[in-house]
Amino acid sequence: MRYIVAKNSRDAVALLGAGDGAQPIAGGTDVLVQMKLSGVAPSVLVDLKKIPGIRDIVLEDGGIRIGACVSGAEMGENDALKNMWPGVVEAVELIGSTQVQGRATMVGNLCNGSPAADSVPALLAAEAIARIEGQDGQRDIPVFGLLEGPGRTKLGKGDLITSVLLPKAAKNSADAYLRFIPRTEMDIAVASAGVNLQLDEAGVVAAAKVALGAVAPTAVLVEDAAAALIGTRLDEAAVKQCAEACEKACNPIDDKRGTIEFRTKVAGVMATRAAKIAFQRAGGLL
Amino acid sequence: MSKIHVSTYVNGDAVEFLCEPGETLLDVLRDRLNLTGAKEGCGTGDCGACSVMLDGRLVASCLVLGAEVEGSAVETVEGIATDDALHPVQKKLLEHAALQCGICTPGIVVAAKALLEKNADPSEEEVRYWLAGNLCRCTGYDKIIRAVLDAAAEMRGVSA
Repeated sequence: MRYIVAKNSRDAVALLGAGDGAQPIAGGTDVLVQMKLSGVAPSVLVDLKKIPGIRDIVLEDGGIRIGACVSGAEMGENDALKNMWPGVVEAVELIGSTQVQGRATMVGNLCNGSPAADSVPALLAAEAIARIEGQDGQRDIPVFGLLEGPGRTKLGKGDLITSVLLPKAAKNSADAYLRFIPRTEMDIAVASAGVNLQLDEAGVVAAAKVALGAVAPTAVLVEDAAAALIGTRLDEAAVKQCAEACEKACNPIDDKRGTIEFRTKVAGVMATRAAKIAFQRAGGLL
Repeated sequence: MSKIHVSTYVNGDAVEFLCEPGETLLDVLRDRLNLTGAKEGCGTGDCGACSVMLDGRLVASCLVLGAEVEGSAVETVEGIATDDALHPVQKKLLEHAALQCGICTPGIVVAAKALLEKNADPSEEEVRYWLAGNLCRCTGYDKIIRAVLDAAAEMRGVSA
């Protein structure tokens, strides 16, 4: 295996697109574990961390752009980011231990392709947009359009996500993320939900996004669950309808960490609880 | 495959070493620099026994490549005590008998010191969450948590 520090994103794309088995490394908290457990090393490990700007969090058009090599700890220390997208930040901060937070990146969490990735439902609910540097130049694609299946994304050979844009949050809006794990810390979601709500002047939900994690081959946006919340103040009937819509959208695996029945039920519970948190953060009164 | 030449700082000293491309910082510290304080418990970032500071951040050195620390500052448990005095975290771990086999202790010392530098007055809950990635199979954690809270109190100049 060779280890090469990319000087810029074009350099990285060229290295990743050149031969078979090149692998980018950002925080390394997935890549190095996979190398160790599989015993297989990539032909080239391309370190992205020295690419100019890739470790920056910058305001852009009222939104916030997060570089691909920004760690979870750095996101958690950024007040502007936490104020605008608290749900995305709380999702990222749930990944791993303090030690892992010091290295792990949100973009790495996305690229790892886990159906249970904590950041992904929050990114879907926030309508985040990934900036991709590829063989044919730069393009912007909604995070939703990159999801494919367990351990896979729609990124092509040589494609590199250099940053993710969290768009400008609408007035009177907020997001939230919740997951269920059998422990209190250091675990993988059994079911999770990211919710983003916008309220009108009367405190009624005007727009909603509801996304679920760990209950299908990829994180999913559930339009019917969002529709159930719109036009309401999260009254009992709306919450029940939202939970039922979430349950219908579930297609989970059955394993020792959660049965199909359990994951399905809990997905609805997580979504409605996250919706209530987002609602209150947005200034709504329950 | 040729080795990579790395220049870095370890515990404030300029250090140079040669390492394989896939060699972890933990292996470099232990096998090339003879700093055996950081331990390999799991090798996959789950146990915290290899905790070190990298550019002011708490990290698992088994999940960092030696090659990645070029130009960085690494701090290990060996750099924490002075010639004649233990750090309050070390002293309180001893006083509270918060270790048995001791394998996790260097990682706990590094992690707890990092917490107290960020938050001088953590709650018990904050200490428990911060140290959730430092596994201990001997103590049951209570003594460790009490030692860290006691060290925090001493460092703030109040008696617990």
